[in-house]
Amino acid sequence: MSSKDTVVKTLVVAFFLCVVCSILVSGTAVVLKPMQDANRVLDRNKNILSAAGLYDPQTTSNEEVEGLFSQFTPRLVDIRAGRFLEAAEVTELGIDLANYDQRTVITDPELSEALSSEEDLADVKRRALYQMVYLMEGQSEGELDTIVLPVSGYGLWGILYGFMALEGDANTVKGLAFYELKETPGLGAEVRNPRWQALWPGKKVYADDGGVALTVVKGAGSGEHEIDGLSGATLTSRGVANLVQYWLGDDAFGPLLKQLAI
Amino acid sequence: MTSAKEVVFKPLFDNNPIALQILGVCSALAVTTQLSVTLVMCIALTSVTAFSNLFISLIRNYMPSSIRIIIQMTIIASLVIAVDQFLQAFAYEISKSLSVFVGLIITNCIVMGRAEAFAMKNPPLLSFLDGIGNGLGYSVVLIVVAVFRELLGSGSLLGVEILPLVSNGGWYQGNGLMLLAPSAFFIIGFFIWVLREVKTEQVESPEFRIAPHASHSQEGAI
Repeated sequence: MSSKDTVVKTLVVAFFLCVVCSILVSGTAVVLKPMQDANRVLDRNKNILSAAGLYDPQTTSNEEVEGLFSQFTPRLVDIRAGRFLEAAEVTELGIDLANYDQRTVITDPELSEALSSEEDLADVKRRALYQMVYLMEGQSEGELDTIVLPVSGYGLWGILYGFMALEGDANTVKGLAFYELKETPGLGAEVRNPRWQALWPGKKVYADDGGVALTVVKGAGSGEHEIDGLSGATLTSRGVANLVQYWLGDDAFGPLLKQLAI
Repeated sequence: MTSAKEVVFKPLFDNNPIALQILGVCSALAVTTQLSVTLVMCIALTSVTAFSNLFISLIRNYMPSSIRIIIQMTIIASLVIAVDQFLQAFAYEISKSLSVFVGLIITNCIVMGRAEAFAMKNPPLLSFLDGIGNGLGYSVVLIVVAVFRELLGSGSLLGVEILPLVSNGGWYQGNGLMLLAPSAFFIIGFFIWVLREVKTEQVESPEFRIAPHASHSQEGAI
Protein backbone atom coordinates (compact mmCIF):
# COMPACT_ATOMS: atom_id res chain seq x y z
CA MET A 1 0.00 0.00 0.00
CA SER A 2 3.04 2.29 0.23
CA SER A 3 2.69 3.12 -3.48
CA LYS A 4 -0.33 5.17 -2.47
CA ASP A 5 1.98 7.66 -0.84
CA THR A 6 4.52 8.47 -3.54
CA VAL A 7 5.12 12.13 -4.22
CA VAL A 8 3.89 11.83 -7.79
CA LYS A 9 0.68 10.15 -6.72
CA THR A 10 0.12 12.82 -4.06
CA LEU A 11 0.56 15.62 -6.58
CA VAL A 12 -1.67 13.95 -9.16
CA VAL A 13 -4.48 13.34 -6.69
CA ALA A 14 -4.20 16.87 -5.31
CA PHE A 15 -4.25 18.34 -8.82
CA PHE A 16 -7.34 16.45 -9.93
CA LEU A 17 -9.15 17.19 -6.69
CA CYS A 18 -8.46 20.90 -7.11
CA VAL A 19 -9.66 20.88 -10.71
CA VAL A 20 -12.89 19.07 -9.89
CA CYS A 21 -13.67 21.23 -6.86
CA SER A 22 -12.88 24.43 -8.76
CA ILE A 23 -15.25 23.42 -11.55
CA LEU A 24 -17.97 22.61 -9.03
CA VAL A 25 -17.61 25.86 -7.14
CA SER A 26 -17.19 28.22 -10.10
CA GLY A 27 -19.82 26.39 -12.12
CA THR A 28 -22.37 26.81 -9.36
CA ALA A 29 -21.47 30.47 -8.89
CA VAL A 30 -21.65 31.34 -12.59
CA VAL A 31 -24.88 29.47 -13.31
CA LEU A 32 -26.66 30.91 -10.29
CA LYS A 33 -25.34 34.46 -10.63
CA PRO A 34 -28.31 35.86 -12.66
CA MET A 35 -30.80 34.59 -10.07
CA GLN A 36 -28.70 35.94 -7.22
CA ASP A 37 -28.38 39.33 -8.94
CA ALA A 38 -32.13 39.52 -9.51
CA ASN A 39 -32.66 38.69 -5.85
CA ARG A 40 -30.19 41.39 -4.85
CA VAL A 41 -31.88 44.07 -6.98
CA LEU A 42 -35.34 43.15 -5.69
CA ASP A 43 -33.99 43.16 -2.18
CA ARG A 44 -32.31 46.55 -2.71
CA ASN A 45 -35.53 48.03 -4.02
CA LYS A 46 -37.45 46.55 -1.10
CA ASN A 47 -34.97 48.12 1.25
CA ILE A 48 -35.19 51.53 -0.35
CA LEU A 49 -38.95 51.31 0.03
CA SER A 50 -38.61 49.94 3.53
CA ALA A 51 -36.37 52.83 4.60
CA ALA A 52 -39.01 55.19 3.25
CA GLY A 53 -41.71 53.35 5.17
CA LEU A 54 -43.48 52.14 2.04
CA TYR A 55 -42.81 48.42 2.27
CA ASP A 56 -44.22 45.95 4.76
CA PRO A 57 -42.81 42.43 4.42
CA GLN A 58 -46.10 40.94 5.61
CA THR A 59 -48.39 42.72 3.18
CA THR A 60 -46.47 44.04 0.18
CA SER A 61 -46.03 41.54 -2.65
CA ASN A 62 -43.01 41.37 -4.93
CA GLU A 63 -45.08 42.65 -7.86
CA GLU A 64 -46.20 45.71 -5.93
CA VAL A 65 -42.56 46.52 -5.19
CA GLU A 66 -41.92 47.42 -8.80
CA GLY A 67 -44.87 49.77 -8.92
CA LEU A 68 -43.96 51.47 -5.66
CA PHE A 69 -40.33 51.78 -6.65
CA SER A 70 -41.22 53.56 -9.89
CA GLN A 71 -42.28 56.57 -7.80
CA PHE A 72 -38.61 57.20 -7.08
CA THR A 73 -36.28 59.01 -9.42
CA PRO A 74 -32.67 57.92 -9.19
CA ARG A 75 -30.23 60.84 -9.38
CA LEU A 76 -26.47 60.79 -9.36
CA VAL A 77 -24.72 63.00 -6.84
CA ASP A 78 -21.14 64.23 -7.18
CA ILE A 79 -20.16 63.63 -3.60
CA ARG A 80 -17.13 65.88 -3.66
CA ALA A 81 -18.96 68.83 -5.17
CA GLY A 82 -22.09 68.17 -3.15
CA ARG A 83 -24.54 68.54 -6.01
CA PHE A 84 -26.68 66.57 -8.44
CA LEU A 85 -25.30 65.74 -11.86
CA GLU A 86 -27.27 66.88 -14.89
CA ALA A 87 -28.23 64.30 -17.51
CA ALA A 88 -25.62 65.69 -19.91
CA GLU A 89 -22.87 65.29 -17.35
CA VAL A 90 -23.93 61.72 -16.66
CA THR A 91 -23.65 60.83 -20.34
CA GLU A 92 -20.30 62.62 -20.58
CA LEU A 93 -18.94 60.43 -17.80
CA GLY A 94 -20.10 57.38 -19.73
CA ILE A 95 -22.37 56.19 -16.94
CA ASP A 96 -25.49 54.19 -17.74
CA LEU A 97 -27.89 55.29 -15.02
CA ALA A 98 -30.07 52.19 -15.24
CA ASN A 99 -27.17 49.81 -14.67
CA TYR A 100 -24.93 51.92 -12.48
CA ASP A 101 -23.96 50.07 -9.34
CA GLN A 102 -21.81 52.20 -7.09
CA ARG A 103 -20.66 49.12 -5.22
CA THR A 104 -18.99 47.60 -8.24
CA VAL A 105 -17.26 50.83 -9.30
CA ILE A 106 -15.61 51.18 -5.93
CA THR A 107 -12.38 49.64 -7.21
CA ASP A 108 -12.36 51.70 -10.42
CA PRO A 109 -9.81 54.50 -9.92
CA GLU A 110 -11.70 56.73 -12.38
CA LEU A 111 -14.98 56.51 -10.50
CA SER A 112 -13.90 56.14 -6.91
CA GLU A 113 -11.41 57.47 -4.41
CA ALA A 114 -9.59 56.24 -1.35
CA LEU A 115 -10.37 57.91 1.95
CA SER A 116 -7.69 59.06 4.37
CA SER A 117 -7.94 57.69 7.89
CA GLU A 118 -8.99 61.09 9.28
CA GLU A 119 -11.86 61.38 6.80
CA ASP A 120 -12.91 57.74 6.97
CA LEU A 121 -15.24 57.85 9.99
CA ALA A 122 -17.25 54.93 8.72
CA ASP A 123 -14.17 52.82 7.96
CA VAL A 124 -15.21 52.06 4.39
CA LYS A 125 -11.72 52.72 2.96
CA ARG A 126 -12.99 53.80 -0.48
CA ARG A 127 -16.08 55.51 -1.82
CA ALA A 128 -17.67 55.98 -5.22
CA LEU A 129 -17.35 59.55 -6.53
CA TYR A 130 -20.88 59.48 -7.87
CA GLN A 131 -23.50 58.23 -5.47
CA MET A 132 -26.99 57.13 -6.47
CA VAL A 133 -29.71 58.75 -4.41
CA TYR A 134 -33.46 58.21 -4.85
CA LEU A 135 -35.91 61.09 -4.71
CA MET A 136 -39.66 61.09 -4.50
CA GLU A 137 -41.39 64.27 -5.58
CA GLY A 138 -43.81 65.96 -3.23
CA GLN A 139 -47.27 67.34 -3.93
CA SER A 140 -46.21 70.77 -5.13
CA GLU A 141 -43.68 71.76 -7.75
CA GLY A 142 -40.05 71.54 -6.71
CA GLU A 143 -40.94 70.02 -3.37
CA LEU A 144 -39.51 66.71 -2.23
CA ASP A 145 -41.39 64.08 -0.28
CA THR A 146 -38.60 61.63 0.40
CA ILE A 147 -34.83 61.55 -0.03
CA VAL A 148 -33.17 58.12 0.12
CA LEU A 149 -29.39 58.04 0.54
CA PRO A 150 -27.06 55.04 0.30
CA VAL A 151 -25.06 54.58 3.48
CA SER A 152 -22.39 52.10 4.49
CA GLY A 153 -19.98 51.58 7.32
CA TYR A 154 -17.92 49.00 9.12
CA GLY A 155 -19.63 47.17 12.00
CA LEU A 156 -18.00 44.26 13.72
CA TRP A 157 -17.46 41.63 11.05
CA GLY A 158 -17.82 43.62 7.86
CA ILE A 159 -19.35 46.59 6.13
CA LEU A 160 -23.05 47.24 6.62
CA TYR A 161 -24.89 48.52 3.54
CA GLY A 162 -28.17 50.31 3.85
CA PHE A 163 -30.38 53.26 3.01
CA MET A 164 -31.25 56.30 5.07
CA ALA A 165 -34.54 57.92 4.13
CA LEU A 166 -35.21 61.54 5.07
CA GLU A 167 -38.31 63.67 4.80
CA GLY A 168 -38.44 66.51 2.29
CA ASP A 169 -36.99 68.87 4.90
CA ALA A 170 -33.69 66.92 4.67
CA ASN A 171 -33.53 66.78 8.46
CA THR A 172 -36.24 64.47 9.75
CA VAL A 173 -35.49 60.77 9.50
CA LYS A 174 -38.05 58.58 7.77
CA GLY A 175 -36.16 55.34 8.30
CA LEU A 176 -32.85 53.48 8.21
CA ALA A 177 -32.79 50.04 6.62
CA PHE A 178 -29.75 47.81 6.19
CA TYR A 179 -29.91 45.28 3.42
CA GLU A 180 -26.53 43.65 3.65
CA LEU A 181 -24.41 42.95 6.66
CA LYS A 182 -22.16 40.33 8.15
CA GLU A 183 -23.03 40.97 11.78
CA THR A 184 -23.84 38.20 14.20
CA PRO A 185 -27.44 37.00 14.02
CA GLY A 186 -29.24 37.88 17.24
CA LEU A 187 -26.70 40.54 18.17
CA GLY A 188 -25.41 43.01 15.58
CA ALA A 189 -27.88 41.75 13.02
CA GLU A 190 -30.68 43.11 15.22
CA VAL A 191 -30.22 46.35 13.27
CA ARG A 192 -32.68 44.63 10.94
CA ASN A 193 -35.19 44.03 13.73
CA PRO A 194 -38.34 46.05 12.97
CA ARG A 195 -38.58 47.08 16.62
CA TRP A 196 -35.17 48.76 16.49
CA GLN A 197 -35.85 50.22 13.07
CA ALA A 198 -39.02 51.75 14.49
CA LEU A 199 -36.89 53.97 16.76
CA TRP A 200 -35.61 55.99 13.81
CA PRO A 201 -38.61 57.71 12.14
CA GLY A 202 -39.11 61.22 13.48
CA LYS A 203 -35.59 61.72 14.78
CA LYS A 204 -33.74 64.82 13.62
CA VAL A 205 -30.33 64.68 12.03
CA TYR A 206 -28.87 68.11 12.54
CA ALA A 207 -28.22 70.15 15.67
CA ASP A 208 -28.70 73.93 15.68
CA ASP A 209 -25.05 74.48 14.79
CA GLY A 210 -25.44 72.39 11.63
CA GLY A 211 -23.44 69.42 12.87
CA VAL A 212 -24.74 65.86 12.73
CA ALA A 213 -26.30 65.18 16.11
CA LEU A 214 -28.08 61.95 15.18
CA THR A 215 -26.33 59.08 16.91
CA VAL A 216 -26.69 55.66 18.53
CA VAL A 217 -25.95 55.73 22.27
CA LYS A 218 -25.13 52.99 24.72
CA GLY A 219 -28.29 52.10 26.60
CA ALA A 220 -31.49 54.05 26.14
CA GLY A 221 -31.49 57.18 24.00
CA SER A 222 -33.37 60.33 24.83
CA GLY A 223 -34.44 63.34 22.85
CA GLU A 224 -34.76 63.81 19.14
CA HIS A 225 -31.20 62.89 18.22
CA GLU A 226 -30.50 59.68 20.13
CA ILE A 227 -31.24 56.07 19.23
CA ASP A 228 -31.02 53.23 21.79
CA GLY A 229 -27.94 51.07 21.41
CA LEU A 230 -28.27 47.33 20.80
CA SER A 231 -27.36 45.33 23.89
CA GLY A 232 -24.55 42.88 23.26
CA ALA A 233 -23.71 44.65 20.00
CA THR A 234 -21.62 47.63 21.03
CA LEU A 235 -19.36 47.62 17.99
CA THR A 236 -22.19 47.29 15.53
CA SER A 237 -24.06 50.13 17.26
CA ARG A 238 -20.93 52.25 17.16
CA GLY A 239 -20.50 51.39 13.49
CA VAL A 240 -24.02 52.62 12.77
CA ALA A 241 -23.39 55.84 14.71
CA ASN A 242 -20.18 56.38 12.74
CA LEU A 243 -21.73 55.81 9.36
CA VAL A 244 -24.56 58.21 10.16
CA GLN A 245 -21.99 60.78 11.28
CA TYR A 246 -19.99 60.35 8.08
CA TRP A 247 -22.62 60.14 5.36
CA LEU A 248 -24.81 62.95 6.69
CA GLY A 249 -21.82 65.09 7.55
CA ASP A 250 -19.95 67.77 5.63
CA ASP A 251 -17.62 65.27 3.93
CA ALA A 252 -20.44 63.41 2.22
CA PHE A 253 -24.12 64.28 1.72
CA GLY A 254 -24.20 67.15 4.26
CA PRO A 255 -23.73 70.05 1.80
CA LEU A 256 -26.29 68.59 -0.62
CA LEU A 257 -28.86 68.13 2.14
CA LYS A 258 -28.36 71.66 3.42
CA GLN A 259 -29.10 72.92 -0.12
CA LEU A 260 -32.24 70.78 -0.35
CA ALA A 261 -33.44 72.00 3.03
CA ILE A 262 -33.65 75.57 1.84
CA MET B 1 -21.78 -5.30 8.90
CA THR B 2 -23.96 -2.34 9.60
CA SER B 3 -27.20 -2.28 7.68
CA ALA B 4 -28.47 0.75 5.81
CA LYS B 5 -31.41 1.12 8.16
CA GLU B 6 -29.14 1.12 11.22
CA VAL B 7 -26.86 3.67 9.64
CA VAL B 8 -29.72 6.09 8.99
CA PHE B 9 -31.71 5.69 12.17
CA LYS B 10 -29.12 5.04 14.87
CA PRO B 11 -27.83 8.63 14.90
CA LEU B 12 -31.29 9.93 15.64
CA PHE B 13 -31.41 8.85 19.26
CA ASP B 14 -29.01 5.98 19.92
CA ASN B 15 -25.89 7.73 18.70
CA ASN B 16 -26.95 11.34 18.30
CA PRO B 17 -24.04 13.53 17.13
CA ILE B 18 -24.94 16.36 19.46
CA ALA B 19 -26.35 14.46 22.42
CA LEU B 20 -23.92 11.54 22.60
CA GLN B 21 -20.92 12.37 20.46
CA ILE B 22 -21.18 15.99 21.64
CA LEU B 23 -20.21 17.46 18.26
CA GLY B 24 -21.41 20.48 16.35
CA VAL B 25 -23.05 22.26 19.26
CA CYS B 26 -21.87 25.75 18.31
CA SER B 27 -24.20 26.34 15.40
CA ALA B 28 -27.06 25.14 17.57
CA LEU B 29 -26.74 28.31 19.62
CA ALA B 30 -26.85 30.90 16.91
CA VAL B 31 -29.44 29.86 14.40
CA THR B 32 -32.11 28.38 16.65
CA THR B 33 -33.90 31.61 17.55
CA GLN B 34 -36.19 31.01 14.58
CA LEU B 35 -37.56 27.67 13.43
CA SER B 36 -37.58 28.58 9.72
CA VAL B 37 -33.87 29.48 9.76
CA THR B 38 -33.12 26.33 11.74
CA LEU B 39 -34.86 24.09 9.20
CA VAL B 40 -32.80 25.56 6.37
CA MET B 41 -29.62 25.10 8.41
CA CYS B 42 -30.52 21.46 9.08
CA ILE B 43 -31.13 20.78 5.41
CA ALA B 44 -27.85 22.50 4.52
CA LEU B 45 -25.84 20.52 7.06
CA THR B 46 -27.50 17.20 6.21
CA SER B 47 -26.80 17.65 2.49
CA VAL B 48 -23.20 18.69 3.09
CA THR B 49 -22.53 15.76 5.44
CA ALA B 50 -24.21 13.25 3.14
CA PHE B 51 -22.49 14.38 -0.06
CA SER B 52 -19.10 14.94 1.51
CA ASN B 53 -19.32 11.43 2.99
CA LEU B 54 -20.26 10.12 -0.45
CA PHE B 55 -17.41 11.81 -2.32
CA ILE B 56 -14.81 11.06 0.31
CA SER B 57 -15.88 7.44 0.39
CA LEU B 58 -15.67 7.24 -3.41
CA ILE B 59 -12.02 8.29 -3.43
CA ARG B 60 -11.01 6.77 -0.12
CA ASN B 61 -8.77 4.16 -1.73
CA TYR B 62 -6.91 6.74 -3.78
CA MET B 63 -6.18 9.27 -1.08
CA PRO B 64 -2.54 9.51 -0.04
CA SER B 65 -2.60 9.55 3.74
CA SER B 66 -0.25 12.54 3.92
CA ILE B 67 -2.89 14.87 2.45
CA ARG B 68 -5.94 13.00 3.67
CA ILE B 69 -7.30 15.73 5.94
CA ILE B 70 -6.67 18.48 3.40
CA ILE B 71 -8.54 16.54 0.74
CA GLN B 72 -11.49 16.07 3.08
CA MET B 73 -11.40 19.78 3.92
CA THR B 74 -11.34 20.77 0.25
CA ILE B 75 -14.30 18.58 -0.59
CA ILE B 76 -16.29 19.81 2.40
CA ALA B 77 -15.43 23.46 1.70
CA SER B 78 -16.41 23.18 -1.98
CA LEU B 79 -19.75 21.63 -1.06
CA VAL B 80 -20.44 24.32 1.52
CA ILE B 81 -19.69 27.06 -1.01
CA ALA B 82 -22.02 25.39 -3.51
CA VAL B 83 -24.77 25.16 -0.86
CA ASP B 84 -24.25 28.82 0.03
CA GLN B 85 -24.62 29.81 -3.64
CA PHE B 86 -27.83 27.77 -3.87
CA LEU B 87 -29.27 29.44 -0.81
CA GLN B 88 -28.48 32.90 -2.15
CA ALA B 89 -30.21 32.04 -5.41
CA PHE B 90 -33.28 30.23 -4.10
CA ALA B 91 -33.84 31.34 -0.52
CA TYR B 92 -32.37 34.82 -0.40
CA GLU B 93 -34.12 36.12 2.71
CA ILE B 94 -33.16 33.09 4.79
CA SER B 95 -29.58 33.12 3.50
CA LYS B 96 -29.34 36.63 4.89
CA SER B 97 -30.51 35.43 8.30
CA LEU B 98 -27.96 32.64 8.21
CA SER B 99 -25.18 34.93 6.91
CA VAL B 100 -21.86 33.58 8.16
CA PHE B 101 -23.25 30.39 9.70
CA VAL B 102 -23.60 28.58 6.38
CA GLY B 103 -19.89 29.10 5.80
CA LEU B 104 -19.22 27.84 9.30
CA ILE B 105 -20.62 24.43 8.34
CA ILE B 106 -17.09 23.84 7.04
CA THR B 107 -15.87 23.96 10.63
CA ASN B 108 -18.74 21.90 12.03
CA CYS B 109 -17.17 18.91 13.73
CA ILE B 110 -19.94 16.55 12.65
CA VAL B 111 -18.99 16.84 8.99
CA MET B 112 -15.28 16.21 9.45
CA GLY B 113 -15.97 13.75 12.25
CA ARG B 114 -18.11 11.48 10.09
CA ALA B 115 -15.72 11.82 7.16
CA GLU B 116 -12.83 10.51 9.24
CA ALA B 117 -14.77 8.03 11.35
CA PHE B 118 -17.05 6.51 8.73
CA ALA B 119 -16.51 7.59 5.14
CA MET B 120 -12.83 6.64 5.13
CA LYS B 121 -13.65 3.04 5.98
CA ASN B 122 -17.00 2.34 4.39
CA PRO B 123 -18.54 2.00 0.92
CA PRO B 124 -20.09 5.06 -0.76
CA LEU B 125 -23.80 4.31 -0.44
CA LEU B 126 -23.52 3.45 3.24
CA SER B 127 -21.44 6.56 3.84
CA PHE B 128 -24.06 8.69 2.12
CA LEU B 129 -26.73 7.21 4.37
CA ASP B 130 -24.54 7.73 7.43
CA GLY B 131 -24.27 11.39 6.46
CA ILE B 132 -28.05 11.59 6.18
CA GLY B 133 -28.47 9.80 9.51
CA ASN B 134 -26.12 12.11 11.38
CA GLY B 135 -27.62 15.12 9.67
CA LEU B 136 -31.03 13.96 10.86
CA GLY B 137 -29.70 13.44 14.39
CA TYR B 138 -28.36 16.98 14.35
CA SER B 139 -31.66 18.22 12.94
CA VAL B 140 -33.70 16.54 15.68
CA VAL B 141 -31.76 18.36 18.38
CA LEU B 142 -31.78 21.69 16.56
CA ILE B 143 -35.50 21.53 15.86
CA VAL B 144 -36.28 20.75 19.50
CA VAL B 145 -34.11 23.67 20.63
CA ALA B 146 -35.63 26.00 18.04
CA VAL B 147 -39.21 25.08 18.95
CA PHE B 148 -38.55 25.95 22.60
CA ARG B 149 -36.59 29.09 21.84
CA GLU B 150 -38.91 30.57 19.27
CA LEU B 151 -42.10 29.61 21.09
CA LEU B 152 -41.01 30.74 24.55
CA GLY B 153 -38.85 33.61 23.36
CA SER B 154 -40.95 35.20 20.61
CA GLY B 155 -44.28 33.49 21.13
CA SER B 156 -44.36 32.24 17.56
CA LEU B 157 -43.46 29.20 15.45
CA LEU B 158 -42.34 29.58 11.84
CA GLY B 159 -43.31 33.22 12.17
CA VAL B 160 -46.91 32.42 13.03
CA GLU B 161 -47.94 33.99 16.32
CA ILE B 162 -49.05 31.37 18.83
CA LEU B 163 -48.61 33.09 22.17
CA PRO B 164 -49.51 36.76 21.73
CA LEU B 165 -46.72 38.91 23.13
CA VAL B 166 -47.36 41.67 25.61
CA SER B 167 -45.55 44.07 23.26
CA ASN B 168 -48.12 43.21 20.60
CA GLY B 169 -51.04 43.70 22.97
CA GLY B 170 -51.31 40.10 24.19
CA TRP B 171 -50.78 38.36 27.51
CA TYR B 172 -47.53 36.44 27.05
CA GLN B 173 -44.40 38.05 28.44
CA GLY B 174 -41.70 36.77 26.07
CA ASN B 175 -38.85 34.98 27.82
CA GLY B 176 -35.80 37.09 26.96
CA LEU B 177 -33.37 34.38 28.07
CA MET B 178 -34.69 32.14 25.31
CA LEU B 179 -33.51 34.62 22.71
CA LEU B 180 -29.97 34.62 24.04
CA ALA B 181 -27.36 31.98 23.20
CA PRO B 182 -27.00 30.33 26.64
CA SER B 183 -30.59 29.09 26.55
CA ALA B 184 -29.62 26.77 23.68
CA PHE B 185 -27.00 25.18 25.93
CA PHE B 186 -29.56 24.71 28.69
CA ILE B 187 -32.08 23.11 26.35
CA ILE B 188 -29.45 20.80 24.87
CA GLY B 189 -28.46 19.84 28.41
CA PHE B 190 -32.08 18.96 29.21
CA PHE B 191 -32.34 17.00 25.97
CA ILE B 192 -29.25 14.96 26.87
CA TRP B 193 -30.63 14.34 30.35
CA VAL B 194 -34.04 13.19 29.13
CA LEU B 195 -32.44 11.03 26.44
CA ARG B 196 -30.27 9.28 29.03
CA GLU B 197 -33.24 8.69 31.31
CA VAL B 198 -34.98 6.90 28.45
CA LYS B 199 -31.93 5.17 27.01
CA THR B 200 -29.95 4.33 30.12
CA GLU B 201 -27.28 2.50 28.13
CA GLN B 202 -25.94 5.90 27.06
CA VAL B 203 -25.02 6.87 30.61
CA GLU B 204 -21.26 6.45 30.90
CA SER B 205 -20.03 4.42 33.87
CA PRO B 206 -18.10 6.56 36.32
CA GLU B 207 -14.32 6.39 35.92
CA PHE B 208 -13.80 7.04 39.60
CA ARG B 209 -16.00 6.44 42.57
CA ILE B 210 -15.51 8.63 45.60
CA ALA B 211 -14.71 6.30 48.47
CA PRO B 212 -16.75 6.44 51.71
CA HIS B 213 -15.24 8.81 54.23
CA ALA B 214 -12.29 7.35 56.12
CA SER B 215 -9.88 9.02 58.53
CA HIS B 216 -6.42 9.83 57.09
CA SER B 217 -4.51 7.44 59.34
CA GLN B 218 -6.20 4.37 57.81
CA GLU B 219 -4.77 2.85 54.66
CA GLY B 220 -6.41 1.14 51.68
CA ALA B 221 -9.72 2.86 52.14
CA ILE B 222 -10.99 2.12 48.60
